[in-house]
Amino acid sequence: MILNDLNQVKEKEQAAQKKIVLRCCMAAGCMSSDSKGVKEQLEKAVADAGLQSEVEVRGVGCMKLCCEGPLVAVDPKNELYVRVTAENAPSIIAALKGGKANVEQTDPDAAFFKKQFSIVLANSGVVDPERIESYIAADGYLALHEVLNEMTPKDVVETMVKSGLRGRGGAGFPTGLKWGTVAKSPGAKKYVICNADEGDPGAFMDRSVLESDPHSVLEGMAIAAYAVGADQGYLYVRAEYPLAIARLQLAIKQAKQMGLLGAGIFESPFNFNVDIRIGAGAFVCGEETALMMSVEGKRGTPRPRPPFPAESGLFGCPTLLNNVETFANVPAIYRKGAEWFAAIGTEKSKGTKVFALAGKIKNTGLIEVPMGTPLRTIVEEMGGGAPDGGKIKAVQTGGPSGGCIPSQHLDTPVDYESLGKLGSIMGSGGMIVMDEGTKMVDVARFFMEFCMDESCGKCIPCRAGTVQMHNLLDKILKRKATARDLAKLEELCDMVRNTSLCGLGQTAPNPTMSTLRFFRNEYEELLQPDTFGAGATHPQTVTK
Amino acid sequence: MERLKIATVWLGGCAGCHMSFLDLDEFLVDIADKIQVVYSPIADVKEYPEGVDVCLIEGAVCNEDNLELIHKIRARTKVLVSFGDCAVTANVPAMRNQFGLGNAESVLQRAYIDNAQYNPVIPKADGIVPKLLERVLPVHETVKVELYLPGCPPPADRIKALLGQVLAGQTPKLEGTQLKFG
Amino acid sequence: MAAKTLTIDGKQITAEEGETILQAATEAGIKIPTLCHLEGVYDIGACRLCLVEVTGTPKLLPACTLKVAEGMEVSTDTERLRKYRRMTLELLFAERNHVCAVCVANGHCELQTLAYSQGLDHVRYEYTFPKWSVDNTHRLFGMDHNRCILCTRCVRSCWHIEGAGTKNVSGRGGKSRIITDLNQPWGDSESCTECGKCVMSCPTGALFKKGSTVGESVRDRDKLEFIVNAREKKQWNA
Repeated sequence: MILNDLNQVKEKEQAAQKKIVLRCCMAAGCMSSDSKGVKEQLEKAVADAGLQSEVEVRGVGCMKLCCEGPLVAVDPKNELYVRVTAENAPSIIAALKGGKANVEQTDPDAAFFKKQFSIVLANSGVVDPERIESYIAADGYLALHEVLNEMTPKDVVETMVKSGLRGRGGAGFPTGLKWGTVAKSPGAKKYVICNADEGDPGAFMDRSVLESDPHSVLEGMAIAAYAVGADQGYLYVRAEYPLAIARLQLAIKQAKQMGLLGAGIFESPFNFNVDIRIGAGAFVCGEETALMMSVEGKRGTPRPRPPFPAESGLFGCPTLLNNVETFANVPAIYRKGAEWFAAIGTEKSKGTKVFALAGKIKNTGLIEVPMGTPLRTIVEEMGGGAPDGGKIKAVQTGGPSGGCIPSQHLDTPVDYESLGKLGSIMGSGGMIVMDEGTKMVDVARFFMEFCMDESCGKCIPCRAGTVQMHNLLDKILKRKATARDLAKLEELCDMVRNTSLCGLGQTAPNPTMSTLRFFRNEYEELLQPDTFGAGATHPQTVTK
Repeated sequence: MERLKIATVWLGGCAGCHMSFLDLDEFLVDIADKIQVVYSPIADVKEYPEGVDVCLIEGAVCNEDNLELIHKIRARTKVLVSFGDCAVTANVPAMRNQFGLGNAESVLQRAYIDNAQYNPVIPKADGIVPKLLERVLPVHETVKVELYLPGCPPPADRIKALLGQVLAGQTPKLEGTQLKFG
Repeated sequence: MAAKTLTIDGKQITAEEGETILQAATEAGIKIPTLCHLEGVYDIGACRLCLVEVTGTPKLLPACTLKVAEGMEVSTDTERLRKYRRMTLELLFAERNHVCAVCVANGHCELQTLAYSQGLDHVRYEYTFPKWSVDNTHRLFGMDHNRCILCTRCVRSCWHIEGAGTKNVSGRGGKSRIITDLNQPWGDSESCTECGKCVMSCPTGALFKKGSTVGESVRDRDKLEFIVNAREKKQWNA
């Protein structure tokens, strides 16, 4: 494969483009409401109407408005059908020749879509994730070609530094800096790992990216591998994502067949293989050191850092670990330039962020917005506010490691620093909207229970501390706790945060601390008067 | 000089701590003119009096009688000392808690029915046999406790150290092996 | 080996490059509390008792895995650290059924010793009283999960000193437990060599030798260290 071949694939794919394309969502959300049946019926109707030469029914990835699925978009008519069923799907085909389909439509120019800015999700809902040609037609693997042919690994790292991209897994570590450290770490063998162990409750961004555009992640990994000097990559995907795994397997196979992965990529001396490792569902395996243990085939528990994976990671070798969304940003950065990317977003948070919008909100689904977009724009304009005219009380970001941002702070721009100031974090992109009916102590207990169940059990503060904190929250909710219990809870929050071994434990108190910060009254309302030792003064000395 | 009013009580425990208290031997004689034992299993006083200075509490809080008494003690006492591991940690009496909360019935079943050779019956006499709490508790989970004297039992010299400091008007401070559980 | 100069608790000390803060402190006569650390097996930084403060680092770091560095300033005994250590021990006592009075390790238990040396006179958290079993199926040894603190010393000595790989951890969080082979009764284990290194390494009464009295349950930890030194440093007449 050389550039010419790549262009030929692209041209061939574009030439084969039919006049009308029906894009039918084949991501997990819509498939769970039978979009597969919808697609089959659409195909059948096209065949029955003898329209095969004019109409293509294309299975695509996520079209974002998940709550209205299954979704079918019609190009170039700019129509978006919602809640399509296998029964009413044929009427969409009938309507192609005029008339109205017996299916509900939604406005594809509504704020939910128009306010989005797609880099990571640019191909999502457009290309067919099961055909590499479809990705190549959308300029796929061009960036990899350019990187391998026109840039030194050092240039590649520099471009990444200039782009200002920060890790999308949650902590926001500068990606370029990480790449540079791994590149400089001595070692003949290095690894690149993609963390696809998305596990926050309510988060499904990475799953969608993998299901909708797997090649962008593979291309990003290959570019990263070239930059740091790795020849082996691992995609660590959780077993709960079977569709993502299947599409990745297919994508890897297709990329290898075309010489875009494997030995001598683009006929250069650069080799890069990617293998999938399937996680068994432990949340802690999303923590980088635990993830690497798991890849090595060991029990997935974290280890103290330093040494950092960049120096000593997988099998003791320098290892670059980024998450799905981070890698998915990479091809566009090299295709369009670091300056282009750095111009998007805010001063310290560049580019876009994908969020999975869920909870008490009208439009649930996937959104991608420039960094710095106010929460209000996301929740009220794009998300359409709380359903049935309810009032939004808080927005939870960062999952079990994050916090609740109360409605009075909805004008906060979404970037790493602003969310951090409010005691929350950007997180991987789960955004759960809560309305007035939500009890914040309940929310805190829910997340504490999650952390308690998902603690690996290695370090004491996280293993035993989360149990005690959960029991205290439970006691408060059952109206059996006093101010002393609340004080104990706060003391434990501080201790677990400062003494736990890994990020999971260190951030486990966050949902509790943030709800205590903004909704302390809800805790206090549940407390009981303290009758502990009533009627006595308590000196520790007695004299006569 | 007015003597310090001392009480000792025996909740759910084996009386070992009281035995250890008696092991104070001649020290008891030494302090006899400084203290007055106003309530104790070894003194025949029916009602826990008001205005007690120091109360040594042996045993865990196991039944409703224990609970009622401990609240009365708290209200009428200046300094409460959790005396021995049962009071401090709930210790052996609390091993029944492992059978799960709401376990009082199953504990009685095991003790009086399953393991009975003759006349298996759960003793029941309202107002006489106190009801077991669902969960055995260390004293400080029920009322505020000022001082802790762990040990099973706390050896006499440990009790002596604590009482000596109390009698000297100091805030007692035990350290090192004086705090050993077990 | 280059020497490094650093300060621990205000005391200027030198240490060899590659040494941990725990090793350097121990050599300098500064005692840092530990629980999962065991001479002879590698460290995992799990119990968090040896956490120290390092000037210029916001995070607390475990002395057992932290390597010495030139000019490092370390504090091992601040009020904050003492508070966290006490809380860590309280959490351990509340987590399982540590009934010292009726424990085989009473008087020889590192958890018990740490508790009183850290001034722990009572546990403020509610005891959870979980139901755990005792595996008494082995001919020579027993395992009482009630007393286990999951330090994994037994697992590490079984894998890395004996090389048998019998002991392991299953489950997660508070439900984690030490297992033999593929969660079989210890007595049925075919990989166990009956070497007893796990029992020697156990800090509490979780692993015990059958038929020994409480007074006899002193752990022979030096033996593990001796084996490792003999193997790694070729020293066998210590």
